[in-house]
Amino acid sequence: MREPPLSNCEKSFLLKAIQEGKRLDGRETYDYRNVKISFGTDYGCCIVELGKTRVLGQVSCELVPPKINRPTEGIIFFNLELSPMASPAFELGRQSELLVKLNRLLERCLRNSKCIDTESLCVIAGEKVWQVRVDLHLLNHEGNIIDAASIAAIVALSHFRRHDVSIQGNEVTVYTPEEREPVPLSIHHMPICVSFAFFQQGTYLLVDPSEREERVLDGLLVIAMNKHREICTIQSSGGIMLLKEQVLRCSKIAGVKVTEITELIQKALENDKNVRKEGGKCGFVESMPKQWITAFKVEKALVDMSDVEEKAEEILSRAETPAEMASKPVLWAPGTAQIGEGLESSWRDMEEEGEVEDEDDEGGIDDPTLAVSQNIDMEDIPRKQEKNSDDVIILSDSEEDEVIILEPEESRKNTRSKHYAVPSAKKATGGKKKKKKFTL
Amino acid sequence: MDRDCCLRVFACEQNLLSRPDGSASFLQGDTSVLAGIYGPAEVKVSKEIFDKATLEVILKPKIGLPAVQEKNQEQIIRNTCEAVVLATLHPRTSITIVLQVVSDAGSLLACCLNAACMGLLDAGLPMKSLFCGVTCALDSERGIILDPTDKQEKESRALLTFAIDSLEKKVLMITSRGSYSIEELQQCIATSQKAADKLFQFYRDSVSRKYSKS
Repeated sequence: MREPPLSNCEKSFLLKAIQEGKRLDGRETYDYRNVKISFGTDYGCCIVELGKTRVLGQVSCELVPPKINRPTEGIIFFNLELSPMASPAFELGRQSELLVKLNRLLERCLRNSKCIDTESLCVIAGEKVWQVRVDLHLLNHEGNIIDAASIAAIVALSHFRRHDVSIQGNEVTVYTPEEREPVPLSIHHMPICVSFAFFQQGTYLLVDPSEREERVLDGLLVIAMNKHREICTIQSSGGIMLLKEQVLRCSKIAGVKVTEITELIQKALENDKNVRKEGGKCGFVESMPKQWITAFKVEKALVDMSDVEEKAEEILSRAETPAEMASKPVLWAPGTAQIGEGLESSWRDMEEEGEVEDEDDEGGIDDPTLAVSQNIDMEDIPRKQEKNSDDVIILSDSEEDEVIILEPEESRKNTRSKHYAVPSAKKATGGKKKKKKFTL
Repeated sequence: MDRDCCLRVFACEQNLLSRPDGSASFLQGDTSVLAGIYGPAEVKVSKEIFDKATLEVILKPKIGLPAVQEKNQEQIIRNTCEAVVLATLHPRTSITIVLQVVSDAGSLLACCLNAACMGLLDAGLPMKSLFCGVTCALDSERGIILDPTDKQEKESRALLTFAIDSLEKKVLMITSRGSYSIEELQQCIATSQKAADKLFQFYRDSVSRKYSKS
């Protein structure tokens, strides 16, 4: 589904509001939306909310051989996904231009800034290194994806603990969390992206644009900075000409915002660490707003299972025993088999009835003759069976039947009575015969 | 024994995302799934069905890209939802259910089904009945374990997941792995029907809380 376009009057309303220094959500020009960080029960799992924009981050790691040109460095891999949950415009598995841009910016912000010590991820040089994978899922798109994603990535990386390893000679032992306490990654600094939106060719500036504001902006400036006020990456998009003063002012604002956010992250991490140390409850259940009416929680619910066995037995006793099936497969030829023989065909009964009526109409058939013809038939069967057991191909049989139709009345009776012997004859011809008779 | 017959802590938050038409996060112990529902919405021409809505389920794993297992579970959830959603009321539209695994600690498919149902409720889509997912694990020593954790799942000899409707407690879907007898199957069905009562009561309570004033 495509995103519904923004109407002209909405656009002009937004721009006019920005000119007057007002924003749709009541923020001031330089205000950042509230950041909320919650952790899951696993290490390296977090949800970051920036206003209503929500990003889920999860870090995982595995042992892999290193890249040939960098044998002593671990690998860090970022994967931001724009889930269709976030907006109906996002399609599953499509590498949109926006997605590529965001992933690249994230890599530049976190990998190229060397905030994570990749050399400490090396286990055996040239043979085994840790590959750290950062998965970020956008859950709700309300603007400024990159800021939310960069916060989620650095929070998840700081929260993550990898398995401890020990090396003796050439033997690597990976310890489970029960055996040895998992170790955190070594992180030098925390780069955080801050976005600035420019409107009307750079006349107006907004920090942390919302989704609506993003749609009417002329240019976007993203500055990644750490709390030491070192710029890690800077990107201007939208083809807007910025003055030196503008960029400097933005970097000053970014510095303030980054300090605030870093403090918040450290407080959240500290909090989670303490809770875990004390053995208290952690995870998303605890971070759910309990006082809200949209949220509801119940404690462990006991289920009475006392009469389950009786109930099951009752159902089973009421159930019919399944009919005996001939489960022996019949081999017709090498590579082919048939199962499911020996059941009564309901088709045959219908035909028989019809035929009996036919005979009545003719009226010329006495019971004795019928019996005789039946007898004859009985003699026929073994012969037929033999024939069939010799022949693998059953097609010959059908020819016989077809020929009979064209024969005069006398022999036709014969064939008709033959049908009475079908149950036994069917053994050899199987389902094929049923069909044929219906056409007969 | 009584420990095994209990369902873990349940929690549910509805309407937590602003973009989707309906959303719900369902937590069963440490297992957590987030569902976002879009619908009835515009449908791609290639997917359009002239007399009913096209139901689509997307299950996103937490790590990496969706594999065969996720596709299989998507199909299971889709078939279950199709049985209860009154798709004929919205012809030529699409109903998309996006499920995001937030944490997996056992009984994931059951949790996905519960999240999907709560999400559909939040989106206000017409349904024949509600449904819930219940997982039973069969252990060689202890018998039936309801709502198993991932550790219990690994130790079990058979694992059965049921979807149960709210009207007559009928079984909408069964999926299982491992071997078990007919008696055990019937026992598991009876157990999950009892657990379904608790779940539907939970649904009822959380929805009545949502529409309460306080």
